[in-house]
Amino acid sequence: MSAFEETSLSINGADFRVWTAGSGPKLGVLAGFGGLLQWSPFLAKLAETRTVIAPSLPGFPGGGGRAHVDLDDALDWLLLVREILNGSGLTDEDLVGISLGAALAGDVTAVWPHKTKRLVLVSPLGICIDGNPMADPWGVTPQDLPALLCANPQALEAHQKMPEGGDDLEWEVSQIRANEAAARLLWPTGDTGLGKRIGRIFCDTLIVWGTEDKVVPPAYHPIYKKGPKGAVSERLIEGAGHQVDFDQPEQLANAINEFLG
Amino acid sequence: MKLMWFHLMPYTELPEDFREENPGIWVDINSRLFDPERAHHMYNDFMDELEFSATCGFDAICVNEHHSNGYGLMPSPNLIASTLARRTSDTMICIMGNSLALYNPPTRVAEEMAMIDCISGGRLIAGFPVGTPMDTCYAYGQNPSMLRDRYYEAHDLVKRAWTEREVFSFNGRYNQLRYVNIWPHPVQKPHPPIWIPGGGSVETWQWCAEMDYVYCYLSYFGYKIGLNTMRGFWNEMDRLGKEPNPYRAGFLQFVGVAETREEAMRLYKEPAEYFYGRCLHIDPRYAQPPGYTTEATIRARVEGQVATAAKKATARGKTATQIEDIIDQGYIIIGSPDEVAEQLRHAATEMNVGHLMMLCQFGNMSKQLAAYNTRMFAEKVMPQVSDMFDDKWEDHWWPTPMPAAERAVPNPTLDGSLAEAAE
Repeated sequence: MSAFEETSLSINGADFRVWTAGSGPKLGVLAGFGGLLQWSPFLAKLAETRTVIAPSLPGFPGGGGRAHVDLDDALDWLLLVREILNGSGLTDEDLVGISLGAALAGDVTAVWPHKTKRLVLVSPLGICIDGNPMADPWGVTPQDLPALLCANPQALEAHQKMPEGGDDLEWEVSQIRANEAAARLLWPTGDTGLGKRIGRIFCDTLIVWGTEDKVVPPAYHPIYKKGPKGAVSERLIEGAGHQVDFDQPEQLANAINEFLG
Repeated sequence: MKLMWFHLMPYTELPEDFREENPGIWVDINSRLFDPERAHHMYNDFMDELEFSATCGFDAICVNEHHSNGYGLMPSPNLIASTLARRTSDTMICIMGNSLALYNPPTRVAEEMAMIDCISGGRLIAGFPVGTPMDTCYAYGQNPSMLRDRYYEAHDLVKRAWTEREVFSFNGRYNQLRYVNIWPHPVQKPHPPIWIPGGGSVETWQWCAEMDYVYCYLSYFGYKIGLNTMRGFWNEMDRLGKEPNPYRAGFLQFVGVAETREEAMRLYKEPAEYFYGRCLHIDPRYAQPPGYTTEATIRARVEGQVATAAKKATARGKTATQIEDIIDQGYIIIGSPDEVAEQLRHAATEMNVGHLMMLCQFGNMSKQLAAYNTRMFAEKVMPQVSDMFDDKWEDHWWPTPMPAAERAVPNPTLDGSLAEAAE
């Protein structure tokens, strides 16, 4: 995998990790459900053609400790994510969001349309159809969560395996904390209010779904496709579950590269 | 020693294959199993049992709150407590309790409990649990990452509503009220005693110490397992310089009393196996929502009550579901009056607990057997236990009702005549 650089961004006394790798045009990446515990094959693949910038989201690994507990509503989340993106140099760039990261990427683009050049939403969350909500990631045991999120749970489990020499308690706490941060944003039905704002997305947008996504029902596909006002294209990736970036990192990176040109 | 009579109000007609055919007793329990007309009888039986226990001399009768739960049919313990306030006269009424974060606004709790304190003439004990994950986060949709903050804020609001006599505004993080001014106020001053049912969280122990509240460990697994938790509690009290007054603590214990141990085994086998086999069939999926347990508690490797129950439920055979194992592991104290009294004295001494909450009805126990168990306990066990601690310690956390002579007499006989009106 390609080398990456880790820097830190200080906002309101909390330090947010920013990973940067590769060269070429900048591409921001907001990670999915559990955040990123380690550098990933997906980021490495993207970094072959782009300057990948992956800042950590509040409460997720590298995400300012327990910064999420100060965030009570969508406005709190979006203002902080905007600051993180600004501090990471992502002020007028292409932006990729995955799962929960897509909910936030979509929303910051809706609220600050001029600050996202093109948008990629991979298995986006943030909208809830009454009576047909996303699968409940907190309605399965932690042991069963990888199989809900991925068609190939081993890929996620490998990512979650602590590197040698790590502190096992802190490693565990960081994952529980990420899970809590996700819950803080999405509990109980996954509705962040994005549905009210998605029509304010005016840039070219790519929506990507895994054909084996067990989290977001297919009924959501037309909502995300028809929601933005800009041109929207859609890709389905075979053999991928909700976390397409872990299931099919190369195919996902290729789809993004094709869209961005 | 205070001996209290606790009712969970379990649905008593879960099918024999409930454990095999259903994922769990809580949250997504099959609602088709609930027969309202059978529940009509269950509720009335349960209230009969509570009222009967009051006549037997228990110091208090206790009710608690659960939601979407097959072993706890009291989404609103306050409804039951209000009937008990009318139908009993001297027994204290312990609501164990209201999960404060679930009420919007929480002043509703302040109002209802104040009503019950007024109706009962100041006999209320106000329990404030955070609430289990199943009740709060899943059945009531509360965000687990915000639950504890909401709870503490609601507590502050309720306490102020009870104690402040001027109209005030409350601008909390989760609750904003321009006018707080509850009618009625509680009889007890400054407010009814506050008890906190909790698991093994160090922060809860510290908070109870700071606020001078009673800490209650409501265990389904008996004193043998509860001992570790209570030792942790008393170590923390010692560290904080609090005197080891046993009335700082409460503990729940299942009991089954009969003339002989053999008779007790025969009588209580079925309800015990019903409770541990069917009622405690807790689905681990709903036991640990992220954020419910604090990071400090995770780091201390402490596990809560329902998480323990759920974990036991995942590996068959770990939760004892056969009467011999249930007794061996100390979940239920069963035996002759002398045997039960000896074990209870031992448990209360070892745990240093001055408030024992007895579960004399459990599982699918009939009203008649519950009454027998209750009477046997009251007549033959209570006298052997009730003197504990009183020579040395005072219970500062017990209700202070109005004098009996000044309290209203329930159920007055009225004939509706003009003569009566003229009196």
